[in-house]
Amino acid sequence: MDNPFVQDYVWPGLWMLGGILAVMLPVVLAVAIIIYLDRKIWAAMQLRRGPNVVGPFGILQSFADGIKLVLKETVVPASANKGVFFIAPVLTFVLAMVAWAVIPWGYVNGVKLVISDINVGILYLFAISSLGVYGIIMSGWASNSRYPFLGGLRSAAQMVSYEVSIGFVLITVLLCVGSLNLSDVVEAQRNLWFFIPLFPMFIIFLISALAETNRPPFDLPEAEAELVAGYQVEYSSMTFAMFWLGEYANILLMCAMLSILFFGGWLPPFAFLDFIPGPIWLILKIAFFFFIFSWVKAAVPRYRYDQLMRLGWKVFLPISLGAVVVVSGFLVAFDLLPNKG
Amino acid sequence: MADVELKNFNLNFGPQHPAAHGVLRLITELDGEIVERLDPHIGLLHRGTEKLIEYKTYLQAVPYFDRLDYVAPMNQEHAFALAVEKLLGCEVPVRGQYIRVLYAEIGRIANHLLNLTTHALDVGAMTPILWGFEEREKLMVFYERACGARLHAAYFRPGGVHQDLPPELLADIFTWTDTFPQVLEDMETMLIGNRIFKQRNVDIGVVTADEAFDLGFSGPPLRASGIAWDLRKSQPYDGYEKFDFDIPIGKHGDCYDRFILRLEEIRQSLRIMKQAINEMPAGPVASLDRKIVPPKRGEMKRSMEALIHHFKLYTEGYKVPEGEAYAAVEAPKGEFGVYVVSDGSNKPYRCKIRAPGFPHLAAMDFMCRGHMLADIPAILGSLDIVFGEIDR
Repeated sequence: MDNPFVQDYVWPGLWMLGGILAVMLPVVLAVAIIIYLDRKIWAAMQLRRGPNVVGPFGILQSFADGIKLVLKETVVPASANKGVFFIAPVLTFVLAMVAWAVIPWGYVNGVKLVISDINVGILYLFAISSLGVYGIIMSGWASNSRYPFLGGLRSAAQMVSYEVSIGFVLITVLLCVGSLNLSDVVEAQRNLWFFIPLFPMFIIFLISALAETNRPPFDLPEAEAELVAGYQVEYSSMTFAMFWLGEYANILLMCAMLSILFFGGWLPPFAFLDFIPGPIWLILKIAFFFFIFSWVKAAVPRYRYDQLMRLGWKVFLPISLGAVVVVSGFLVAFDLLPNKG
Repeated sequence: MADVELKNFNLNFGPQHPAAHGVLRLITELDGEIVERLDPHIGLLHRGTEKLIEYKTYLQAVPYFDRLDYVAPMNQEHAFALAVEKLLGCEVPVRGQYIRVLYAEIGRIANHLLNLTTHALDVGAMTPILWGFEEREKLMVFYERACGARLHAAYFRPGGVHQDLPPELLADIFTWTDTFPQVLEDMETMLIGNRIFKQRNVDIGVVTADEAFDLGFSGPPLRASGIAWDLRKSQPYDGYEKFDFDIPIGKHGDCYDRFILRLEEIRQSLRIMKQAINEMPAGPVASLDRKIVPPKRGEMKRSMEALIHHFKLYTEGYKVPEGEAYAAVEAPKGEFGVYVVSDGSNKPYRCKIRAPGFPHLAAMDFMCRGHMLADIPAILGSLDIVFGEIDR
């Protein structure tokens, strides 16, 4: 046990693996539950019952669907580029998972719950979510079919456009924090959650998050009225399930980012509610944002491709760019910059 | 640099497509997402209705009309019944006419509910369809209570309607006309003020009044272009002249106008329904001419004459005097016409059906050119296409 190799590599490795599992498994489980909740919320708004057969109140529906998908045959189109065709869903799924590494869950008994508390957490998240578009482009291209192709093209344009405004929104938050570390972002909100001073930025981020995760009203890459199912048309069984899981994991991630950037992450809304542990607060906030995502899905029609682009480039980009100037100007003028000197 | 030849992108929209409204197949030529050319291919639901009718007696032909526009089946039967009555020179009793008007308007609402909500679905709003279908289901129940079938009614027959309404039905329909406007308002607040819905529909698929004439439009698409043409007003049939209602018209002839117009037509239909229920007279529901309309069962038990009539009507059917007649009704989708040629036998010599959806679909290329791929479902939805009647 005193072997330096074991000391230096094995224990930290196992510790890290345990941490990864401790985050990964709940996230995958949460995805299954959230898919169920999504369908239930959606059904309630449409005066339907939603899934209610498998298990009590249908809560096992997602698992039943998962088992069904695993047992089905994977159909590969004859003209598809097989390698890329299979890498695409894996990529989507993996990227949706690795992003969770930097999400800080708060403190329990003085231990900080985060797999990797890196100093460039936000940059890492931003990079990972930018890579997410590759899964869709690759699937659209590799399917070698027309609807997926159009879906892939649309999503490439869409995700890139909204990433730009998300980037500027992040900059305004970072200006107020003075650090790229996500834990610092949360700590900086101890007195005032950022959604109050940065309310317009919060709205832009919320809408961009919908666009980034291809949720209605921005679900153009998979718009069933035009593109049937967009890039997912040719996918079946587990490859389809990977997209599905990845998509919902991404939605959860965006909800987590909204909570961390604007709603104080693991912090309770009032100091006297301290006794409830941080992770619970973060989960509640994620659930709240997910409810908003579901609500929007039930309520709005879908944008057209050119309107989506116009909104991204002509509305959000100027506003968020202007906000960067205004926020930084404000911070300098009133001498409020976080890292002085 | 060498010239590169650019090729447009051909996309096969349908026949298995969630937004193609049945079995429509659109061959689209796209430049990016812009529609350059669009070619509707039809015939995938062709059942030879017109030819089949030539081999059926006049009564047996009635159910074929349910299967044309299966969204509002009774309205099609109505046109056939009117055409045959014209040839027979037979009068429908007033109560029969009122029941027909009542059920024609129920059919109109059922049709518009389906169309409006699927139109919303085509532009991505997924909730209204479930709200609307809740109400549409109630209408189907009214159908069922009158004739025993939810869709394939065979209720409007030459000479009147098949049977009288059960006693509480009218009161129940009246109650429904009071509760339904609330649902309509809910749907409206979801959609017509919604900015995304407006962006998707305003100025999409514009058809001016002249173009609408040239394209042979009728019904809501024609009225949305600003022409107040409604057969119920211009050539009233079955006592429509006795009812007080307005013809809504649009101004721009775009998808949004067509949507709003149908909403308003639902309101007008409710007005007509209320009047029909309030003023519903007593009396027979079908002609008492026993050479055309079979006698009641009770009568058959007592009268030899009635039994013979019944036997003759359900074996040979009735003979229709030689001649030809065209009758058209304002079906929910537009002018639905039936042209019957009789050679004096018990079967029509020829029965030509004018489906309103056909010219509307033919205008797809004209309306979609220069628009984007995502506008195709919006325009298609606003035209209210049902393949039963187009392919016949």
